[in-house]
Amino acid sequence: MIQTLAFYLFASLVVASAVMVIMARNPVHSVLWLILAFFNAAGLMVLVGAEFIAALLVIVYVGAVAVLFLFVVMMLDIDMAAMRAGFIRNFPLGLAIAAILLAELLLGIGAYQAGGLQLGTPDGSGQAAMGASNIEAIGTLLYGPYLLLFEIAGIILLVAMIGAIVLTHRESKPGARGRQDIGKQISRRPEEATVMKNPETGQGVEL
Amino acid sequence: MTAFFETLGMSYEFAWFTATIVGILAISLIVMFSVAMVIYVDRKVLGAIMMRRGPNVVGPFGLLQSFADGLKVFLQETIIPSAANKGIFLLAPIITFTVALAAWAVIPFDAGVVLADINVGLLYILAISSLGVYGVVMSGWASNSKYPFFSAMRAAAQMISYEVSIGFVLVCVVLYAGTFNMTGIVEAQRGHGLGVINGFFINPLLFPMFVVFFISALAETARAPFDLTEAESELVAGYQTEYSSMSFALFWLGEYANILLMCSLCTLLFMGGWLPPIDWEPLYAVPGIIWFLLKTFMFFFMFSWIWATVPRYRYDQLMRLGWKVFLPMSLLFVALISGYLMATGHFG
Repeated sequence: MIQTLAFYLFASLVVASAVMVIMARNPVHSVLWLILAFFNAAGLMVLVGAEFIAALLVIVYVGAVAVLFLFVVMMLDIDMAAMRAGFIRNFPLGLAIAAILLAELLLGIGAYQAGGLQLGTPDGSGQAAMGASNIEAIGTLLYGPYLLLFEIAGIILLVAMIGAIVLTHRESKPGARGRQDIGKQISRRPEEATVMKNPETGQGVEL
Repeated sequence: MTAFFETLGMSYEFAWFTATIVGILAISLIVMFSVAMVIYVDRKVLGAIMMRRGPNVVGPFGLLQSFADGLKVFLQETIIPSAANKGIFLLAPIITFTVALAAWAVIPFDAGVVLADINVGLLYILAISSLGVYGVVMSGWASNSKYPFFSAMRAAAQMISYEVSIGFVLVCVVLYAGTFNMTGIVEAQRGHGLGVINGFFINPLLFPMFVVFFISALAETARAPFDLTEAESELVAGYQTEYSSMSFALFWLGEYANILLMCSLCTLLFMGGWLPPIDWEPLYAVPGIIWFLLKTFMFFFMFSWIWATVPRYRYDQLMRLGWKVFLPMSLLFVALISGYLMATGHFG
């Protein structure tokens, strides 16, 4: 009973907040609704017994990705009137994307109706042992039959990361303003940075 | 506790539900009471280090000071700036407070004394503590005011930076413990140091990670010397500037609940949780929860001590420490520890 209630709570909140993501006028509100959607999706994952995926969903998407979204969106000064100006022009494109998404959804449901996907290798050797905990099951699959794919994915991510750093990195000229050498700052002693003056009363100090 | 409610004639599901609600209330009440007392301790320690008395008027030794403060803010008027984004402005302190309490669900206070003994306990804590930043960011943005906004920007960048190294430190601990379950992690520390000392901190490979974790915990809870989000000399009071009365108090309580959580995490991950410091039979006569509270309090004392002694970091130094020192160091130790464990056949 509680499971059913929880499922309908999470599921309806996911749908409602996903609708609000595109309906909200303020982009910051959109991001906040998106976070609510992620969170409820994690709740659904817990209900199907995939607590590891649920935890990862919250850590990666809510904890890191959405914070960066929020970070960027908060600093934008978006003029909604200007955004709406191109609505008619972009309408066919939006319609085409909507049609493609609908077709994919139908295909997915159709494939699911035709019979569930067999995870693991065709002969079933990659199947995780039943009764193993989530983390063990995912680990056995990921570092067993899918090791090569997993490592390729890792390499692609590494390349993407280095690429992003190279593209945004700007070499600052030596001696430019704001450039700091931590070693130099720490090794500075009071003797070389300050001068002790002991002037007579009523006398000025000349440096 | 479910069994107890079943004896009262409830069905299993309803008994479980009632037991969980009772557990949640009990833990929240205890945590809130500890927060009130810990705020008092914080002010008293700070007073002692600054050679003054600290709170000493309300109640014996000023013990009731936090409750008096609570009553005071409760009676104050909540002021909402007219330019603020009202809904989010009010939601932000609630999120901070809720998130700070939610993480306590998986903290074991003693063997078996835990609300939810789930096998991804550590990941749950990581997930919940990563939500803490939203309260700060939302309040900063919704206040529609410059200084809170700067504070929100700083908080977002700071917390993401230090979460990365905290994640790697946790990986190191999990490699040794072989489980994400909090109870399992504590049990793995029994007799870890030469079969005598309970706790991972004694391990030369894990001790540097312990130090990194402690410093990152300071940064994650925005405590001095990393309290740049509320640097009073630059940002008035940071993200709390526009808040008053209970909405301000919720931030305050949430902040201290988070600090306590980080202290208890240090205890559970490195100091052996509810186990006595030395694996010696007579010491087990003392209830585990006493050991747990003593160790947690020791870490809290260190938090106050650091607050009173260390000057605030500059922002670029903070970023440098997080990304250029802690991140490579923790990555190196993940490699070292997994290599060592493979070589010694720890994984069987």
